[in-house]
Amino acid sequence: MIATESLSKRFPRVTALDRLSLDIGPGVTGLVGANGAGKSTLIKILLGLSPATEGRASVLGLDVATSGAAIREQVGYMPEHDCLPPDVSATEFVVHMARMSGLPPTAARERTADTLRHVGLYEERYRPMGGYSTGMKQRVKLAQALVHDPKLVLLDEPTNGLDPVGRDEMLGLIRRVHTDFGISVLVTSHLLGELERTCDHVVVIDGGTLLRSSSTSDFTQATATLAVEVTDSDACPDGTSALREALTAAGVTLHAGFEEGLPGAGHILLLEASGEETYDIVRDAVAELGLGLVRMEQRRRHIAEVFRPDAAAARPEGAARPADNAMEVQAR
Amino acid sequence: MSADTATQIHNIGYRTYEGPRLGRAYARRSLYSQSLRGAYGLGRSAKSKVLPMILFAVMCLPAAIIVAVAVATDLDDLPVDYTRYAIVMQAVIGLYLAAQAPQTVSRDLRFKTVPLYFSRPIERVDYVLAKYGAMATALFVLTGAPLLILYVGSLLAKMDLSDQTLELGQGLVSVGLLSLLFGGIGLVMAALTPRRGFGVAAVIATLTITYGAVSTIQAIAIEAGSTGAVKWLGLFSPITLIDGVQTAFLGAATAFPGGDPSAPGAGAGAVYLLVVLALIAGSYGILMRRYRKVGL
Ligand SMILES: Nc1ncnc2c1ncn2[C@@H]1O[C@H](COP(=O)(O)OP(=O)(O)OP(=O)(O)O)[C@@H](O)[C@H]1O
Ligand SMILES: [Mg+2]
Repeated sequence: MIATESLSKRFPRVTALDRLSLDIGPGVTGLVGANGAGKSTLIKILLGLSPATEGRASVLGLDVATSGAAIREQVGYMPEHDCLPPDVSATEFVVHMARMSGLPPTAARERTADTLRHVGLYEERYRPMGGYSTGMKQRVKLAQALVHDPKLVLLDEPTNGLDPVGRDEMLGLIRRVHTDFGISVLVTSHLLGELERTCDHVVVIDGGTLLRSSSTSDFTQATATLAVEVTDSDACPDGTSALREALTAAGVTLHAGFEEGLPGAGHILLLEASGEETYDIVRDAVAELGLGLVRMEQRRRHIAEVFRPDAAAARPEGAARPADNAMEVQAR
Repeated sequence: MSADTATQIHNIGYRTYEGPRLGRAYARRSLYSQSLRGAYGLGRSAKSKVLPMILFAVMCLPAAIIVAVAVATDLDDLPVDYTRYAIVMQAVIGLYLAAQAPQTVSRDLRFKTVPLYFSRPIERVDYVLAKYGAMATALFVLTGAPLLILYVGSLLAKMDLSDQTLELGQGLVSVGLLSLLFGGIGLVMAALTPRRGFGVAAVIATLTITYGAVSTIQAIAIEAGSTGAVKWLGLFSPITLIDGVQTAFLGAATAFPGGDPSAPGAGAGAVYLLVVLALIAGSYGILMRRYRKVGL
């Protein structure tokens, strides 16, 4: 779907992309990176809107430098910023954008109605967009990227500004874009946690260079962090330590790190979920001890955390390890 | 569970699109017609129709009155030349341009919609041509309609058909040139100022200040007895540029102070025409530049 070869983009004062080589296949691919990592820059190059300083890139087998228009006919783009005029209805806007993609008037209207329904906009699609919630606006932005039935959509931070429920809905929608609509997706975010649940493949870039590219199962198995909080009981006055012992005994890897700034942080256990069975182990251990389970949730982690263990491991023996890793309690 | 039901409600089967994709030229035409309609508030809220429609009516009203008088009193010739009409009504044209040029281009800039266009097959040239074409056509409708009213009236009053047709043709060429010139200037002003209010003010200021300055200095030059200067001063405001071109080439009587002696002849007229064409090309060039970095 997308291939780049030693792709660089230099602005007068920053290097946004630095010899980036990628090969992205069909399916849902997450592009993760911190602010300024070069995600949006890459998307603009892939659309043929901004020339690369160096290197080559192709989308759907077409060279971005020479076949920009042909690429843009078959690709949809959802920008990270607001792009909706407030005094127009979603229907009018998406119909217009469909025609800009070359759809004849009747087809533009039919596909607009279909697409808005697929993204979950119903009666409100006739109202001016100025009155929409952020969630609704993001849906319209997604709809305009899908309305011409592209082969691939490039979604730049589609979950930006959404609350947790809105995020989950948007991520579900993105998943369906591939499974139900058959459209491949490249989606960016600075949160690895949300993408690893949605994507088949995740590419991580930082400072314009490739940090890691792998299928999401690798990430999840190696790194999913589970936060567990339990109540104390008469039998176990310190429920948290009791559970820690029980879990350690059961072979679960625990992080002794605390979440800073959270009330009751000392009562939250962070552990590595190596798969479904970890959830069962926790459940059984809690039940056995007769504790109350206050919460058990998967943590959304910032991308930097994922690479700390790698970075530490790559360091020569004797070099200082980051504090949180040093405190890791290894299971026997 | 609730997520599942939600999915099922959404899940009414995705249909792929196998129909034609009409490409750039079609997209450009669609954008042109959408922008042209928008310049008269068509396909938009009732509120946005009010001003352009009022100005259109104000523009046509004098022509309708002239026609009524001409028919009733059986005049032999129209009291206003086709080529003079736009000059007399320049304030209305200026107001229309000030109101509609920002609405044609600044909205897309202010709401950052431009990147959505350029992420489609349509390119910068197509966007600029469509917007410029739409603005110029809207002005041509505004300035040409009263001329057609005058023409129909002249025929009803049984004036000479061939004279009237020739003069109408000259008038239409003149307002055509005026539409391109004014449209370009208006769009450049509006595209450089994404805030709508500033765009309106900039267009009005450009038109009135240049015209005010040129006509004042021309009047002073007449007082000082230098009709030669009057001829060249007209180069410095849009409406006097059109006046100069049509006086030299389209059989118009000049509206410059001092009358015929200060009118540009063929030589000076050629300079006027060149300046007009250069301004039109320059406006196009500035617009192309303006959109080079948008959204990148
Ligand atoms: N037009 C430009 N001119 C100069 N520098 C730019 C330009 N566009 C981007 N940059 C710089 O390039 C780098 C990468 O920017 P980019 O927008 O691609 O990051 P990003 O990963 O999308 O970040 P974010 O998460 O904030 O959207 C940044 O340092 C940014 O300041
Ligand atoms: Mg970005």
